[in-house]
Amino acid sequence: MAISVKATLAPLAYVTSSGVLALTAAALEVGDVSVRFGGVVALDGVSLTVDRHEIVGIIGPNGAGKTTLFNAVCRLIAPAGGTISYAGRSLLREKASRLPHLGIARTLQGLGLWPTLTVLENVIAGSPQRTRLFADMLASPASDTRAQTTEGHAMSALGELGIADRARVYPGSLPHGVQKRVVIARALTAQPSLLLLDEPASGLSSAEVEELIVLLRELRTRMGIALVEHHVDMVMAVSDRVTVLNLGRVIASGTPAEIRANTDVSTAYLGQPVAHA
Amino acid sequence: MRAFLIYTVDGVTNGMVYAAVALALVMIWRATRIINYAQGAMAMFTTYIAFFVIEHGTPFWLGFVIALAAGLALGAVTERVLVRPVESRPALSAVILTLGLLIFLEALAPMLFGAQVQSFPAPFSRIDLTAGGTQLYFSRFDIFTVGSVLCVMVLLFVLFQRTTIGLRMRAAAFNPEIARILGIRVGRMLTLGWALAALLGALAGLLAAPVLFLYPTNMDEVLVFGFTGAIIGGLESPVGAVVGALGVGLALSYVSGFLGSDLAPLGSLLILMAVLMIRPRGLFGMTRQRQV
Repeated sequence: MAISVKATLAPLAYVTSSGVLALTAAALEVGDVSVRFGGVVALDGVSLTVDRHEIVGIIGPNGAGKTTLFNAVCRLIAPAGGTISYAGRSLLREKASRLPHLGIARTLQGLGLWPTLTVLENVIAGSPQRTRLFADMLASPASDTRAQTTEGHAMSALGELGIADRARVYPGSLPHGVQKRVVIARALTAQPSLLLLDEPASGLSSAEVEELIVLLRELRTRMGIALVEHHVDMVMAVSDRVTVLNLGRVIASGTPAEIRANTDVSTAYLGQPVAHA
Repeated sequence: MRAFLIYTVDGVTNGMVYAAVALALVMIWRATRIINYAQGAMAMFTTYIAFFVIEHGTPFWLGFVIALAAGLALGAVTERVLVRPVESRPALSAVILTLGLLIFLEALAPMLFGAQVQSFPAPFSRIDLTAGGTQLYFSRFDIFTVGSVLCVMVLLFVLFQRTTIGLRMRAAAFNPEIARILGIRVGRMLTLGWALAALLGALAGLLAAPVLFLYPTNMDEVLVFGFTGAIIGGLESPVGAVVGALGVGLALSYVSGFLGSDLAPLGSLLILMAVLMIRPRGLFGMTRQRQV
């Protein structure tokens, strides 16, 4: 069996289905993925990789297919064709609820916090810890230990985002920027190796965006990050590589500097330049 | 005054049975946005199972536990086999489906167990207790009815508020898509919710049968009263369901005691209309916030 090993900062080891230890550079590999909604082609042959310890920005105008791509990776929609794998393991047969157990966490556009749960409960709900109904009901010592561990992870995620003191309040009473942090803390409590962030900067002030950039750079030391964002300056500032989608297709991919210089990208965003006489 | 006390005790006892049904309806509504019109018929059917095994020599309490277990299983199977396939269809599909299940169970029960009215044994005496020669207006069975429903309610409260699995059930009920992304097995949580609701219904069936007797439609009125209680409570609120159902129990007891038992269903509808006209969201109803 041929094992392809690509040069990478920190190769990820995994065990294949045949039990062979293999190495791969890319944690997430999306290959030639197409998604159709009836007659509408939402994604058309999109390929993308996200390595560990790198941030890949995904930008594009509205309707480009950015969130659809995340939804396909997260198994919320089934692609019409193509491959999606994580650490060498195909995700196409996995249920959406399995992904956090495989190390993939995601945030949604908007907030998606449960208003009737406290901040801490919201974050605990994101923990992929197994639960046991009867042990939990009877508050067995093992169950208590498990609950304490889960709460510990949740508090540590909140602490990392600097909002541990808001653990017991309901998210609706918090400013938008703090709620955004809760959303990221909820994703981090699963201790992911790949984080998919869908518009984390929307609605944030410039100061909060700066703080988010610092946070993402810190997180990059522990995980790969795919970032869908309309805030192009932020994406360019924080990403190692950028992929640009337009009308469901990848129109450019490269370093932020390469993307800035790409005329196809400026055309997609700004339209064709007007020829002057 | 004596009559008032008797009707009050009756109202509380019946109200607790309605509360069990109301709570079951609210649990399912919160989890799947479906009114389970078959809740009463499911309870009737599991009570028949208890009746059948007890008739065939099984000790009463074992029959009681078997009926509760049958409720759990029936709830889980209903969600998994019947409700899940219509989950993404228009709401009317699920309504028709639960109505179909109601008709099916009420037709199946007489085929399996006979259509005649059966008396179902009460686990405790239904004769009013006395203390030092003073009559107390309630029996051991009344205490058992109120106590057992309260016990199950406390257990459910602990489950939902104090355990991670309860937290996940609440999360899955409120926003399944986010729950899935966060690794919550939403389908399993919904199955568990339906199973627990049917367990509550089964308990209500076992508690109602000694009073109402057992026949294929014996829980139809209980479902209507429980539903009224749930609507009065706001349909979203478990506490509201219990308070609403207790209110219905008391009101019906007073109406039927002071005005005549034929007027009881009318009384229930009048309360429902009054609450919906004055406070359409119900007493404990709240506006749901949803992220768009």
